Order: sequence, then C-alpha cells, then structure tokens
Amino acid sequence: MRELTLHILDIANNSISAGADKISITIIENRNDDTLTIEILDNGRGMSPEMVARVTDPFVTSRTERKVGLGIPLLKFAAESCNGWFEITSELGKGTQVRVQFQLSHIDRMPLGDLADTFLTLELGTPDVNWIFRVKRDDQEFYFDDVELKNELEGIEITQPDVIRFIRSIFEDGLEELQLI
Amino acid sequence: MPTIKSLDDLKRIREEALKKQELKTTSGKTEIIVGMGTVGIAAGARETLKAILDYVDHNNLENIIIRQTGNIGIDSYEPVVQVILPGAEKVTYGRVNPEIARIIMDEHVVKGHIVSDYKING
Repeated sequence: MRELTLHILDIANNSISAGADKISITIIENRNDDTLTIEILDNGRGMSPEMVARVTDPFVTSRTERKVGLGIPLLKFAAESCNGWFEITSELGKGTQVRVQFQLSHIDRMPLGDLADTFLTLELGTPDVNWIFRVKRDDQEFYFDDVELKNELEGIEITQPDVIRFIRSIFEDGLEELQLI
Repeated sequence: MPTIKSLDDLKRIREEALKKQELKTTSGKTEIIVGMGTVGIAAGARETLKAILDYVDHNNLENIIIRQTGNIGIDSYEPVVQVILPGAEKVTYGRVNPEIARIIMDEHVVKGHIVSDYKING
C-alpha cells in the first residue's frame, strides 16, 4: 500500500468484519516530537491472545483460514522501518485497539494520503457504524462524531446526493483548516 | 459555495429528500456494493468507491444505496463491484477502476443494461 490512509482503511475494515458498530480513528501529527501516530479503536468481537500473535506474523497464519490478510504485518513493518512502533491489543467481547507511530520526517515514511476521501468512503459505505474521526496537527484539531448527523438522517439514505455533498464539505473544510488538503 | 454546515441545513436536506421519496415509494432502491478487503484496497477500491459516490453526487441520483463490504473472495478480480437493481439479480463486476465504475453507473445503474464486458459471474 502506498499511503497511510489505505492502511487506515484496511484496519478499519478489519474492525467492520469483527462486527464493530463503533469505530474511532485518531491521527496525531506532532512536528515538535517529529511523530505521526495513528490509533484505531473498535468495539468488535475482539481476539484471543493467540489470534493477536497470529495476525501480526504473516508466516504463522495458515493460508486456508485467511480471516486476516497481510495488511497488519505490512503496516507493522512500515512503522518499524521508520523509527516507529506498532501495537495491537484486544480482548474477546470488548474490542481491538491498533496503535502505530512513525517518525514524521523519516525518508521512508509513506505519505498520509487523502484523508477526506478515506473518511467519506467509510462514513458513506458503512452507515451502520458510529464513526469518530479525530485529526490533530500540533495544537489544531478536527473532530467529527456522526451521532447527531445520523439522528437527523432518520428515514433517508446517507448516500442521497445532498447528504454526500454535506458530509464531504464537513471533511474537506475541517481538514483544510488543518492544512491537510 | 456555502460553508455553513449546521444541523439545520441537514434537517432541510432530509425534509426535501423525504418529500421526493413519497413521490416514488414503489420504485425501490438500487444497491451498489464495493469490496474493500485488503486486496481490494491495494487494488484501488477506495478510488472506485469514490468514483461511484462522485457519480451519484454529480448526476443527482436518488434512491441509491452504496455499501462497502470485506473481501468478496475473488482476489484476482479486485476491485469488485456488485450492482443489484430493484427486483433484479445481483451482478458482479471485476477489476473495476474508476473509469469502468463510471461506465457501469451510466449503463447499468442509470439505463439498466448489464455491462457484460466487465461482468464476472455466470
């Protein structure tokens, strides 16, 4: 994968596959500490310690099961190649937390990619999930929780053209303020 | 372009949408499903889904349901898109890049003609 947002999309889709109906994605860029931290938390069905060990190691997973693909090992490798780290914790019945950090200025760090598009595809493609998106850049922050929006949408599709435009402008304007567009 | 995005704006959008829905309650909805597993994403599924959303937006298509799902299970054909017209069978398309997605939207979703060039199931 060539952008961090594609990894985010991939991890979030693991959360959806795990039956999560609340997923929060946090991205923190800290230029003082020279770090880029990404956190994806879900309330899905979680994993046993054995399964957690298995999903981070591509060579242990037996090919036939293929519940989880190469996405997690690839992200872990990318972070560790950029003076960063990768952490996954999980509890059965409670959910899973994925945290990953990169050295922001590392030459091999993938670009973040298109955050607005990524949020838009998650928000519109999986409307049954309560999405929380938080992007922090130094001391500026964009925060979006779709609970109120979903309440207002009662009875109509989230993919109505006007609604797509409405949500797109929330993401685009919010991220533009952080100079991420 | 107005930059105010208050919940009042959303209320107004909803009321208008509900009015339109009342006019054609029997017509049903078209469902579009995009496979977004690891392989699909690596093959460009986000750009495909984005192209579909943009098409719906630019052409003001009403009554479309768009869903993303995990791996559809046909890795070598990713990105995979499925279209279900109201009352019709599911049609699966493979290797759908944004350009092919727009063709599928034009031909299948809007006009109702299956695009057999990109169809992969029997």
